[in-house]
Amino acid sequence: MNANNTTAIFARQRLAWANAKLVAGMAIILAVVLFGLLGRVFWDVTQARVASCPLNLPPVGFNPPGPGFQPYQTAHPLGTESSGRDMLALLITGTPNSMLVGLIAAAIGMVMGVLLGMTAGFLGGWVDAVIRICSDAFITIPSLAVLIVISSYVSEIDIKSMGLLLALFAWPGTTRVIRAQVLSLRERGYVQMARLSGASSFEIMFFELLPNLLPYIAASFTAGVSGNILAATGLEALGLGPSRVPTLGMTIFYAIRGAAILRGMWWWWGLPILMLMLIFTGLFLIAIGLDELVNPRLRRAGGGQ
Amino acid sequence: MRGISKAYLIQRFGMFVITVWLGLTLMFIIPRLAPGDPVAAMVSRLAAQAGRVEQSDQIIAAWRERFGLDAPLPVQYLRYLHNSFRFRLGYSMAYFPTTVEEMILRAMPWTFGLLTLATLISFTTGIAIGALLGWRPTPRLLRMTLPLTMCFTAIPAFMLGILLTYVFAFGLRLFPFAGAYARGLAPELSWEFAASVIHHGALPACAVVLTSMGHWALGMRAMMIGNAGEDYMILAEAKGLRPARIFWLYGVRNAILPQVTSLALSIGAIAGGSIIVEYIFTYPGMGYLLYQGIVNNDYPLIQGIVFVLICGVAVAVFVIDLIYPLIDPRIRYERQ
Repeated sequence: MNANNTTAIFARQRLAWANAKLVAGMAIILAVVLFGLLGRVFWDVTQARVASCPLNLPPVGFNPPGPGFQPYQTAHPLGTESSGRDMLALLITGTPNSMLVGLIAAAIGMVMGVLLGMTAGFLGGWVDAVIRICSDAFITIPSLAVLIVISSYVSEIDIKSMGLLLALFAWPGTTRVIRAQVLSLRERGYVQMARLSGASSFEIMFFELLPNLLPYIAASFTAGVSGNILAATGLEALGLGPSRVPTLGMTIFYAIRGAAILRGMWWWWGLPILMLMLIFTGLFLIAIGLDELVNPRLRRAGGGQ
Repeated sequence: MRGISKAYLIQRFGMFVITVWLGLTLMFIIPRLAPGDPVAAMVSRLAAQAGRVEQSDQIIAAWRERFGLDAPLPVQYLRYLHNSFRFRLGYSMAYFPTTVEEMILRAMPWTFGLLTLATLISFTTGIAIGALLGWRPTPRLLRMTLPLTMCFTAIPAFMLGILLTYVFAFGLRLFPFAGAYARGLAPELSWEFAASVIHHGALPACAVVLTSMGHWALGMRAMMIGNAGEDYMILAEAKGLRPARIFWLYGVRNAILPQVTSLALSIGAIAGGSIIVEYIFTYPGMGYLLYQGIVNNDYPLIQGIVFVLICGVAVAVFVIDLIYPLIDPRIRYERQ
């Protein structure tokens, strides 16, 4: 009795805490999305093209980092970089592109993961064994490294194909989580009830199990978006991203290649990193918010294995 | 290896073999799915560099034979598996007479050292922070300050790496920009060399540690809180055991098990992330070598490095699997 009370109190505290995180995370992500969508209404984004602006201007209010630099201009509030692109225009056009890559990959990964995880957990037997072994092996393999190999063979890539490429490695995590949940759910009374009343496996999976899995799916989708944006930025930072459209990762790559750190041009790499940090922090807050909202059961199920 | 059941050992070793095989197969399939003939592409790259290549047809035929591309696919595949098994990874295209395995062996100790050390530090610190955060008697002051250590958790390691370089190498000039040891030194067993290695490795290691620590802390904290309500904890308190004893032997001891599992699951991701950290710091490990491979279109080198990375990660996971039964008796007794 006492044990249950303590757990309940802890659960309630965690719930309040989680909600605060969830709200904060969603607010950050909403702000970033609005910045990308509305920014192009208020700002001339053609300045994200090469050689459309003066070179190497620092952001407004900051001194030039060295003797070879011009003072700032109010026409370019966040400064410009070494090939004459306006940083504000780069951020406005690059942010949605970077988020889109993550969204595409995570959405495909989520669908695959849910289908595989449910099939494995529900059917059991050799199907389960095959799916479990595959997902474990794919989790172990450093996916970023394999993605680097693939992209090194692809000479030019666009946002959509990059999302598809990342999706190849986006499913094992979700598969694992969903499988574990289905394993614990399928012995519950209401599933047994449905089975006794003659519902087919398909019906049980989609009408009985799926609604209960939604919080877990949401949590692993959020984690997936952030993981895939991270992988995309990693590839881009090595120069393996789309070169025709601006993304935050490619901006970091150009900055590294242009020795921006040594030249003291912090705004060139700092602003895209700041933007990505906002995105990652927002998604992270949403993910742990969701996770802690649903986790007491998950943790106990996972800990018992 | 007292107490590990044979079935468990076989199962985990099977997983190790499957992982390595899957990695090898991916490395075999990817180049063959790529559009165009790799050898013709190599020759045309040569032509682009040298202006013109004489008798390019003969070169293409000779190279196809040299790389074994004239054999049927299954034969190529078996040959490839055989060669990889003997750690023959072929020749580098950019530095021709040098073999890929030579280049990798030169770079491997740096990556291995940096990664092992950084992961160990991050895992133990993260676990400690999480354990304290999930432990009710922890002093309020500690409880308020510890979450600050987690503020880099959501940031990718290489981005923190760029920030650290800017602040500590460019701004404050406390740490070097690049490399693994000072230029005038030769690798030897001396205090001077060791100090230089630590000085150069500090920033990359910090980038990895600070960004991964929070994940362990969060997982550990959740487990400690979950444990707090368990009957054995309440019994331990009721028996009047010393708090330190309850903390270590009842709390941490039980909460740490899932963290070890998640360490095994995330080693691949940590290794992947450190590739880019090495590239940022031009640290002479396999990540930086990989970047050079990409720049030079040195496909055998790229594939070799990724193969070695996959093997390394699989070995690390296998080792963790072997340690796991020692700390979790349930697995030991499961099949006896």
